[in-house]
Amino acid sequence: MGILDHHKKIETHATLLLVLSFLVVTIGGLVQIVPLFYLENTIEEVEGMRPYSPLELAGREIYVREGCYVCHSQMVRPMRDEVERYGHYSLAAESMYDHPFQWGSKRTGPDLARLGGRYSDEWHVAHLINPRDVVPESVMPPYAYLLDRPITGEYIQDLMSTYRMVGVPYTDEMIEAAPEDFVAQVDPFGDTDGLLERYHSAQVRNFDGQEELTEMDALISYMQMIGTLVDFSTFEAEASR
Amino acid sequence: MARQAPTLFETGGNAKNTTKGRKKMWDYVKLIVLAAVAVLAAIAASHARDIAYLVHMMIFMGAAVIAFLWQIRHMGEAVHNQNEYMDGVVRYGVVATAFWGVVGFLVGVVIAFQLAFPDLNLAALQGYGNFGRLRPLHTSAVIFAFGGNALLATAFYVVQRTTAARLFGGGLAWFVFWGYQVFILMAATGYVLGSTQGQEYAEPEWLTDLWLTIVWVAFLLVYLGTLIKRREPHIYVANWFYLAFIVTIAMLHLVNNLQIPVSLFGSDSVPVWSGVQSAMVQWWYGHNAVGFFLTAGFLGMMYYFIPKQAERPVYSYKLSIIHFWALIFLYIWAGPHHLHYTALPDWAQTLGMTFSIMLWMPSWGGMINGLMTLSGAWDKLRTDPVIRMMVVAVGFYGMATFEGPMMSIRAVNSLSHYTDWTIGHVHSGALGWNGMITFGALYYLVPKLWKRERLYSLSLVSWHFWLATIGIVLYAASMWVTGIMEGLMWRQVDAQGFLVNSFADTVAAKFPMYVVRGLGGTMFLVGALIMCYNLWMTVRKVGEAKPAATAAVAAE
Repeated sequence: MGILDHHKKIETHATLLLVLSFLVVTIGGLVQIVPLFYLENTIEEVEGMRPYSPLELAGREIYVREGCYVCHSQMVRPMRDEVERYGHYSLAAESMYDHPFQWGSKRTGPDLARLGGRYSDEWHVAHLINPRDVVPESVMPPYAYLLDRPITGEYIQDLMSTYRMVGVPYTDEMIEAAPEDFVAQVDPFGDTDGLLERYHSAQVRNFDGQEELTEMDALISYMQMIGTLVDFSTFEAEASR
Repeated sequence: MARQAPTLFETGGNAKNTTKGRKKMWDYVKLIVLAAVAVLAAIAASHARDIAYLVHMMIFMGAAVIAFLWQIRHMGEAVHNQNEYMDGVVRYGVVATAFWGVVGFLVGVVIAFQLAFPDLNLAALQGYGNFGRLRPLHTSAVIFAFGGNALLATAFYVVQRTTAARLFGGGLAWFVFWGYQVFILMAATGYVLGSTQGQEYAEPEWLTDLWLTIVWVAFLLVYLGTLIKRREPHIYVANWFYLAFIVTIAMLHLVNNLQIPVSLFGSDSVPVWSGVQSAMVQWWYGHNAVGFFLTAGFLGMMYYFIPKQAERPVYSYKLSIIHFWALIFLYIWAGPHHLHYTALPDWAQTLGMTFSIMLWMPSWGGMINGLMTLSGAWDKLRTDPVIRMMVVAVGFYGMATFEGPMMSIRAVNSLSHYTDWTIGHVHSGALGWNGMITFGALYYLVPKLWKRERLYSLSLVSWHFWLATIGIVLYAASMWVTGIMEGLMWRQVDAQGFLVNSFADTVAAKFPMYVVRGLGGTMFLVGALIMCYNLWMTVRKVGEAKPAATAAVAAE
């Protein structure tokens, strides 16, 4: 094995070893990651995707904070049983505003990619207070304390501005109106025209049934919209993807 | 090639006075920096937007104050003797490895039982002790705290022994060690307090990530510097793996954690990648945290400690060259097998699967090189429980690196993905390979580092060995059963094409196996506690080794 004899050059030169190792490990990542940013069919063209409303975004922050993704996926695979159980398979476009993605890797609990609208708000509140009250077999932790945690839109503008920096199309108007939109979404008797104009099909309700605006409201507002935005009547799958 | 400990060289005492003066000035610089850090951290803490950030700043402040006081008491102390190995930091690393190991295993046992008995998610803890927050604590504690400290300690030990040089950078190795412990504390407190960016195995947010970057660059400097000033012409194979591990982890960490802080006074940050790109980058990172943190680095351990303990040279030098380059080249492609049948484009999935299957070969090249190192010394398996531990580690490595490529095949993955099978696979690798090889290395290192003539009790090592091995078997077997069972139950349809099982049915069916898994984990934990006792008693009770026994002569 003549070629291996030349290896002596590498193993007697620390910097050369470092540089060559580094070059070797960069190749795979470059080939797999870089094209995802310019191949046009990576993210499907769909109708209906919009950035999260301020309250939904706050709910998503709670979803991430509590580590929901360690037990729940948000990625329906195109297999018969999954489509049957959860709904239409997930599209790349559906998580285009998710920094980071929450596809998950484990289903200790069921997939949540099509959770929105599947259960009532009351069901969610009861389930989050104690999951075994509504699903006896469940092993999910309780989240009753979310009801006792008031939430304000104090820093929501900062958060949305940061999302805009990484490419989520929040407009100046959206960021400016965020504090009002934040509370408007839980007040069905208030003025919600602006909110609905900025965030189409945003659901406006008192999600947790309590007077106060709590983390429970925010989380449920998020869960009730997951997977509901894309208009599948206009979606055509591309075979070559 | 026999390695010699550095002999008594002339250090060149000519410039001693200027060296001392420079040292003193440098110490003053350190004091100023530490004081500035403490003050800045205090100011930042008073502006904190969230509790995690507040705690992190308190940790910074505390660490800076302690380092400041330590520095004042050691001003201008003599420069270290360049002819001695720097083993103090390795000793601390060994203690930290054992400590974080027990912590990580304990949290693992707790969350395993939480899945069997959900009431253990105590409502009184207001969510701080819920599975969702403790699971990242467990994974980070075992991978980054236990595994990371094992890698730091052994890298510092091995690089000195195989280069016959003291660690580069004066006290920089101590900064790496303590800085890394600060990182662990920041990550751990962050998870419990709800600071996470929501990417598996990369949960810490910007501040913690930034801090780790600084520590990691220092680690690379110490390691590379030591290699450069080596007194041996060749760089021993273990060092190739350590070096590749350090530089690749730096790359993965930086790219996967590109993010923008929401505020300089809050822990929250927003990653720059989204959706499908975010998924690809995350699993490029995630799979190579396995490939480089838990494989390449630990192969470095294997290449030093198995030949030393077996007193035999490495089986094949050529094989180590081929499998090194093949392993690091192929591993980096394997990420997309975590994303089969998802919205990741098919071409990327196919690449990921193909390279994962090819990866089987260099992985087994490493296994063969490790196992065959015992040729002519197989009888040691009967008499030496430490070598038995190392050999079983390599066996589990071989098993996990066969199982992995198999699970990366799309058809197999369609069943195994999202199930407990993955969890079982990971643990046969983590407990079997990483755990056992680390235990073997600790049993080797403690008598050497504390200059004891032997371990306190070999029969306790045997107890540890059997508890751990049976524990892993219970763990892996129960997860195979639940994984395949739930995978089949999810897809089962009746004659009319309706789903047979509700999701809740599958959860209920797993209960007995979850208890078995918890018991397996408990056995593994008890084994580790026995190890701690044994190592402690080795330091406390066993007599000092005669100087001749400490001469560092490595077999390669």
